[in-house]
Amino acid sequence: MQALYAQLLVGLINGSFYALLSLGLAVIFGMLNIINFAHGALYMMGAFCAYFLLNLLGIGYWWALIIAPIAVGIFGMILERTMLQWLTGLDHLYGLLLTFGIALIVQGLFQNYFGSSGLPYAIPDELRGGMNLGFMFLPIYRGWVVVFSLVVCLATWFLIEKTRLGANLRAATENPTLVRAFGINVPRMITLTYGLGVGLAALAGVLSAPINQVRPLMGADLIIVVFAVVVIGGMGSIMGSIITGFALGVIEGLTKYFYPEASNTVVFVLMVLVLLIKPTGLTGRAA
Amino acid sequence: MKQKLSKLLLGTALSLVAATGAFAQDKTIKIGVLTDNSGLYADLGGPGSTLAAQMAVEDAGLAGKGWKVDVVSADHQNKPDIGTNVARQWLDVEKVDVFVDVLNSGVALAVSNLVKEKNAVLIDTGAATSDLTGKACTPNTIHWVYDTYMLANSTGQALVKAGGDSWYFLTADYAFGHALERDTAAVVTKSGGKVVGTVRHPLNTADFSSFLLQAQASKAKIIGMANAGGDTTNTIKQAAEFGIVSGGQKLAGLLLFLPDVHALGLKVAQGLNFTETFYWDLNDGTRTFSKRFSERMKNKAMPSMIQAGVYSGLIHYFKALEAMGGNPHDGAKVVAKMKEMPTDDPLFGKGSIRIDGRKIHPAYLFEVKTPAESKGPWDYYKLVGTTPADQAFRPLSEGACPLVK
Repeated sequence: MQALYAQLLVGLINGSFYALLSLGLAVIFGMLNIINFAHGALYMMGAFCAYFLLNLLGIGYWWALIIAPIAVGIFGMILERTMLQWLTGLDHLYGLLLTFGIALIVQGLFQNYFGSSGLPYAIPDELRGGMNLGFMFLPIYRGWVVVFSLVVCLATWFLIEKTRLGANLRAATENPTLVRAFGINVPRMITLTYGLGVGLAALAGVLSAPINQVRPLMGADLIIVVFAVVVIGGMGSIMGSIITGFALGVIEGLTKYFYPEASNTVVFVLMVLVLLIKPTGLTGRAA
Repeated sequence: MKQKLSKLLLGTALSLVAATGAFAQDKTIKIGVLTDNSGLYADLGGPGSTLAAQMAVEDAGLAGKGWKVDVVSADHQNKPDIGTNVARQWLDVEKVDVFVDVLNSGVALAVSNLVKEKNAVLIDTGAATSDLTGKACTPNTIHWVYDTYMLANSTGQALVKAGGDSWYFLTADYAFGHALERDTAAVVTKSGGKVVGTVRHPLNTADFSSFLLQAQASKAKIIGMANAGGDTTNTIKQAAEFGIVSGGQKLAGLLLFLPDVHALGLKVAQGLNFTETFYWDLNDGTRTFSKRFSERMKNKAMPSMIQAGVYSGLIHYFKALEAMGGNPHDGAKVVAKMKEMPTDDPLFGKGSIRIDGRKIHPAYLFEVKTPAESKGPWDYYKLVGTTPADQAFRPLSEGACPLVK
């Protein structure tokens, strides 16, 4: 029974990454109608950004949490301005192919220069060590990841669903022409939204750098699972993607305990089941 | 009828031409480097293996003696189906004579079969499974660098002797992990230890915390990592987080390579014990080669034992071909010649190849230096023990290789 609690908690930790990443995807899809396959590569760039900040400029983890998402977010906005914006109004497939191509190029470039085994990034001193919870030894850093990502997820949800800015944003996706008539700069808003989604990915990258190796393919391995999470949660649903992210982390954690061989596939089995029963996802609205 | 006859004649004539062609001394060789060029094992073999093959070609100087040598390379993406597809095309269309590297045991076992069927040569320097010279041995395959039995024997025995008598295995769920777990468990039991449990994780897993918690709960003294590459480095890194080593359990890296230690950093990797058969800083021969190699690598990496094996294996292959005078296309004949001749090169020293295809050389037990002990980049290992060549590998009689009578 003790082991079970431990697995639940570990699942929550993984779930935080799923939640952060799928949240970014949901924001981008909801607002821009782009299926952002470059998300994994941008997540990886966030981790690399933290690595460079530390090793080239001597800037530590805490600043990296702020600087890396901004830097990668700016990169994302450049992508949106120079390439993605031309795809508005076209079929989803074009955006998917373009972002997939961008991901391959970015990953290829990083792999060419840094190899595939990755680079080490240490846990910041303040978050080193762990607590004995009785049923498990919880590394402080992991606890921090869960709490921090939960806060970020909820803040994003609040920003989009409950503030005036978010309302404008949602209105702009519904009817851009009308919102423009109110004097709101819709293209700039869309660019900023893409930057926000990308920044969330980069933030997840920084969070994961001390846990996993900083590897060029770290995002490629994760992104497929995250897409499954988004599909299960319902494309474009903000709260749905947060909840499914955490929930699937837990389910995966339980699988690792009861039948570890299937832990890589359980998410996809669930995805198939959900698609069969409720094609719009658990919380999705019909398109 | 007339048309049929002329077709028949043409066919006969063509086959005659082909036959006479074979009698002349054919001196063209095509080398195929089949490896993981982009995935989690790419730093262990990958582009470095292709470089090692090119260096072997240059150093052997065959071009000056009338030979024509080509090196081709492909990415098998760690998938046996992709690996066999490439291999089939290389054998049927491109006429590749010798395969090198072929890391990933799953791919290696599949390719080895194909190479035998088409009578080419496989010098496997990357795969770990001892089955390549056991029940799956063929007259066309040589297993050059290391295998699961050797690793288990050297590392496993040393750790049990040092008091690690209960083991829990963290195993990569495919041919290699299973073989490594099986061979190590056998050594542990034979040396008086016991295996208390095992958990199998999918290849290329990012998060090991669940598995590590299970290992921790087992209370085993040693957690044996029967995995490789990125899987092993992630396990070690995350084990440190969960306080596994500080809690009194010991991690045993059953298969670790120099690039893995480089990726982990000495701070995390220090004190790990494991076995390799090559290290760049062993002697003058290894140092000279490794320096030349590193200068030509994009990230200035020192060679892994897989990459060093590609060089060493090809040097011996070329020697055998020179002794034969030509005709590299009859794989079984070339391999027989290679087995007949003693091996000697600056990287692995003097050795030999057994009838089952096992290349024999000493195995070294290393310990990773502490950051204070290391004098600079890539100065990572200290040698703590050597198993002589004749004891390092599985005895011929125990392998169940059909070639051994």
